[in-house]
Amino acid sequence: MEMSAVHPHDLGPTPAAPLPELPEHSSRGRLERVLRRGEFAITAELNPPDSANPDDVYERVAHFDGWVDGINATDGSGANCHMSSVAICALLTRVGYSPILQISCRDYNRIAIQGNVLGAAALGVCNVLALTGDGVQGGDHPEAKPVFDLDSTSLLATMKKMRDERAFLSGRKITDPPRLFLGAAENPFAPPYDWRPLRLAKKIAAGAQYFQTQYCYDVPLLKSFMQKVRDMGLDQQAYILVGVGPLPSAKTAKWMRSNVAGVHIPDAVIKRLEGAENQKAEGIKLCIDLIQEIHEIAGVAGVHIMAYRQEESVGHIVSESGILKGRQPFRRAFATLADSEMPPSSVAMGQVLTPA
Amino acid sequence: MSRVPAAFEPAGKAPRDGKKFALRFWSNAHSRGMEIIYAAVEKMLHIAAPLFKAIGYERLETPVAALEATIKGALFDCRMCGQCILSSTGMSCAMNCPKNLRNGPCGGVRANGNCEVYAEMPCVWVKAWEGSKAMEHGNKIMNVQPAIDHRLKGRSSWLAVSRGAHE
Repeated sequence: MEMSAVHPHDLGPTPAAPLPELPEHSSRGRLERVLRRGEFAITAELNPPDSANPDDVYERVAHFDGWVDGINATDGSGANCHMSSVAICALLTRVGYSPILQISCRDYNRIAIQGNVLGAAALGVCNVLALTGDGVQGGDHPEAKPVFDLDSTSLLATMKKMRDERAFLSGRKITDPPRLFLGAAENPFAPPYDWRPLRLAKKIAAGAQYFQTQYCYDVPLLKSFMQKVRDMGLDQQAYILVGVGPLPSAKTAKWMRSNVAGVHIPDAVIKRLEGAENQKAEGIKLCIDLIQEIHEIAGVAGVHIMAYRQEESVGHIVSESGILKGRQPFRRAFATLADSEMPPSSVAMGQVLTPA
Repeated sequence: MSRVPAAFEPAGKAPRDGKKFALRFWSNAHSRGMEIIYAAVEKMLHIAAPLFKAIGYERLETPVAALEATIKGALFDCRMCGQCILSSTGMSCAMNCPKNLRNGPCGGVRANGNCEVYAEMPCVWVKAWEGSKAMEHGNKIMNVQPAIDHRLKGRSSWLAVSRGAHE
């Protein structure tokens, strides 16, 4: 692969430094740049380790190297305890990756959340994803106290205020605001279906600039959602990345749809997997087919790949789906080559952190 | 395998079963009528403002809050958040959502329209959307609600309306 294929705007003076300023961009991160250029963006979800070893993070993320524009660090997804999203993001920014900090309203109040947002931004995090969070009843600590001080919409409004008005929710001033690209989730595959596009509009009004959706296994349902989104012009106001993921087997698919909140898998998908000789391979093929179909839908800005325990298949899925069209997303190896390519002035613009 | 359900607020009150009658569902199904009554109540509260002021709002707080909790508790399963947004949520009380969401449903709503946390309870926001569609000013559901003020819990929203403390 050609090293020079990476876009010059996507490299900073050092791996850990924020990228040089670009006009009209609210963040200094790579994901916003890719989306604003109109390229079909790819993000992937990292399955966080149950350990305190940073190498566990770097090993897992190596599967995404050179294939994705953003890496989601989940925040206690499914209400299960794992390494924190802020810490994972900090490990990822050290080596030049563009992490997406997921913030769930379930576990922290507004004091903790705003503090974490400032801290994460100081550690080089440019993208956030505001989430409600799964209920504690489904996780490994069902006896825990659910917090839900803010909801995902008021969380977006809070972060927008921190960034644009340079103030906490209380009104107290922030001297150096967090430069964030604000994201939100949407689930077009859960009722009330006719309200979901309006909910997208409401989150945009609160500050959302991009969306990542729940797993899509029902393209007709997505198409009718996107039709309404386009009719309302919402695809012009925010970038929509559709969630996809390979199903390892028909049995897991059945388990997921009855046990994982918000996941909708039509019978036809389960039948297709059941009919296959190698269900895991068929699941990957299905994922590639879905990406190609989704890519054709007007108003879709990218895909978000959630390959739970199949991270090693992400490169294959991206490559086979052909959505990169010759484009080269960031690779860790580029970061060290960046010095010679960057004009010297850009070095002064980046806050240089200590490289790992 | 039986599982202990998640904690419900307030403790001691079970989440509503959608298959059984509850006044909350009736009020929600008659959201348009409730909207008219609410507009009338609001007008009365504004008219009564000088009287309330003469008596003293703080003196009225306890009895009015008790009256409000009784009436709205019966009609809506009101949780007395003290910053009522019922007319913006299709007359479905948002504080009955186990995640206390005040701006819309989460992504966990079940295919049958029931709650992710309590499988037998209809999603508060599915009901809110149905109620809003029947109301004249149902589009108020699109207003972005600010973060809740926990200090107001247990206080009267009616007196707050009378005071003009909120819209």
